Amino acid sequence: MTIFTRGALGVALLAFGAGAATAQQLAPSPTLDAIRARGHLECGVHLGLPGFSFANDKGEWTGLDVDFCRAVAAAVLGDANKVRYTPTSVQQRWPVLQSGQVDLLSRNTTITFTRNATLGVNFQGINFYEGQTFIVRTASGAKKPTDLENASICVAAGSTEERMAADYFRERNIKVSIINFQKNDDAIAAYDAGRCDSYTAGIGALAGQRIKLKTPGEHTIMTETISNDPQGPVTRWGDERWQAVVRWVLNGMIAAEYLGVTSKNVDDMRANSKNAEIRRLLGADGNFGAMLGLPNDWMFNAIKQVGNYAESFERTVGKGSPLGLERGQNALWTRGGILFTSPFQ
Amino acid sequence: MTAASTLGVRPVRASLLRRLKADYFSTPLNAVVSVLCLAAIVAILVPLVRWSVINADFAGTTRADCTSGGACWVFVKARFGQFMYGFYPPSERWRVNLAACLMIGATALSFWPGLPRRALAVPVLWAGLLVVAAWLLAGGAGLPRVETRQWGGLMLTVFLSVYAGALAVPLGILLALGRQSELPVIRLVATIFIEFWRGVPIITVIFLASLLLPLVMPAGWDIDRLIRALVGLAFVIAAYMAEAVRGGLQAVPKGQWEAASAQGLGYWQTTGLIVLPQALRISMPAMTNEFIALVKNTSLVSIVSIFDLLGIAQASLADPAWVGMNMEAYAFAGTVYWLICFGLSRWSRHLETSRKTTH
Repeated sequence: MTIFTRGALGVALLAFGAGAATAQQLAPSPTLDAIRARGHLECGVHLGLPGFSFANDKGEWTGLDVDFCRAVAAAVLGDANKVRYTPTSVQQRWPVLQSGQVDLLSRNTTITFTRNATLGVNFQGINFYEGQTFIVRTASGAKKPTDLENASICVAAGSTEERMAADYFRERNIKVSIINFQKNDDAIAAYDAGRCDSYTAGIGALAGQRIKLKTPGEHTIMTETISNDPQGPVTRWGDERWQAVVRWVLNGMIAAEYLGVTSKNVDDMRANSKNAEIRRLLGADGNFGAMLGLPNDWMFNAIKQVGNYAESFERTVGKGSPLGLERGQNALWTRGGILFTSPFQ
Repeated sequence: MTAASTLGVRPVRASLLRRLKADYFSTPLNAVVSVLCLAAIVAILVPLVRWSVINADFAGTTRADCTSGGACWVFVKARFGQFMYGFYPPSERWRVNLAACLMIGATALSFWPGLPRRALAVPVLWAGLLVVAAWLLAGGAGLPRVETRQWGGLMLTVFLSVYAGALAVPLGILLALGRQSELPVIRLVATIFIEFWRGVPIITVIFLASLLLPLVMPAGWDIDRLIRALVGLAFVIAAYMAEAVRGGLQAVPKGQWEAASAQGLGYWQTTGLIVLPQALRISMPAMTNEFIALVKNTSLVSIVSIFDLLGIAQASLADPAWVGMNMEAYAFAGTVYWLICFGLSRWSRHLETSRKTTH
């Protein structure tokens, strides 16, 4: 046996030993195993919410929540297209997740205590800060809810929005006149016809409704909200490693925006960046992917194929989309928003 | 104008006027009611035609092409493929078309007078068709697989109607016979089945099949969610069909049974050769009714996110490129449903009159 073959054998043994050590550290993940075995991610999405989850003319699912499914598929399987979508209604979303028909629910679902504590599900972070706010005519000059003094606000009678708005203004001793309508559609129509100065709903819903107005360009959706409805991807209890994967893909998309990594410059960043966190995120240094049992280029693939959070936001609900939403609270914590990620260390 | 043509037209117009007067304006009250009705029709029809035709936009590809203020049929045009086939891959849609052609062919053959041994040939023909069509649609055995979640639109509506109907008719006949049976156990089982499924709203059945079943099924078991909805629908419709057939059975005179027994025919021969053919002919209008109800009830599956024609029309409204096209989406879906149901009802009328035979 030459020294050469012995060296090769030694390297092989070392590699095997290292592999075994990693395998021992990894907790078993039936979900990841199942995804790899079937070759695609099963993702539960909304059955139709403008900007967040919808099928376009070509029949492809698109939207902010859909993008997250795609990013997870890219990280796990290396291909953002290896996702199959299960559209779900409000009533269906929990059973579909609980019974294991989907690996992940990415469906504008508000994170609440009771859901976490009683439904056997965990929320893996926040991909959209939803909240009730107001739409006004841009010409009115009102920028935040407290500017609405003496304004009239159209609402659907008995809705949560009506109660929230009434409480908000009463607590602050701001006089507004709330005009009740039987249905949401009537309230919007009345606002559009100029009967009220404002209409109130969640940011996402307002963005969808603004397109239906006669002159969408003349209306502004306030970025300050009067309620707090953070929304994010959901997984089942159990399989902690899978939950970590979902959580860190979301963190990775936000971190990529923070670090200035985009789908356009990701190749260059991986090859040339001197920033240690970027190098770890993209798998140029360290073995962050392997620690989760993923390929080391997991986030590289996700960012390359789907983009960072900002790219996804602008394309689906932001300025690059018909919805035209401002980032508002969904801007990074360094830019006046509250969107946050933990560090890749 | 010649004198002859004037002469030729006059009597007709006069008689038309006279008939109008006699039918609609015979008394002051009749005249008022007629005028009001006419006004109502005009008030509805004129804006409808203006919206759907005169001011409508047909050309273009995006919302920006809809500038006339009326209906934006561009939306339906852009989404037509989805409205018909759902998310069925465009390269495989020929399979759906072929299955539809086979179905039309089988229907024509079933009612072709020259078909030999009808009582045997029709069920065999349809059983074969259903198997072949299911293979064409789902794939496997040489064809690329297309998951049921990719099915949608009109194709799914027709699929659900035909397959639920095909399950419900034989099951309904058996249940109706069971309910008439002289064996108490069979009678009890049939009665319980009918009364249970007839008493539960279809929407509940679909919810249970879609939400509860996966939770209580053993791990690893997974029945396709379209199949779950299909079977749920079929059971409910079978219960209604059974009652329609029972009406027919009860209308067959008792003498027919007695005469058959006197000839030495057994139960199955009497039922199959003498009673059922007469009973089914009598229950035909009621069964058509149930089938039309079934076609419309298939739209209930959209509440569990199965995109049938109505579901896909609603889902299309979530595309920011087309948000707000509610009127167009529902008008289109409604028209298609109406065409199908009206066609079915005319066809059944035609069958009743053309195949009327006396005994």
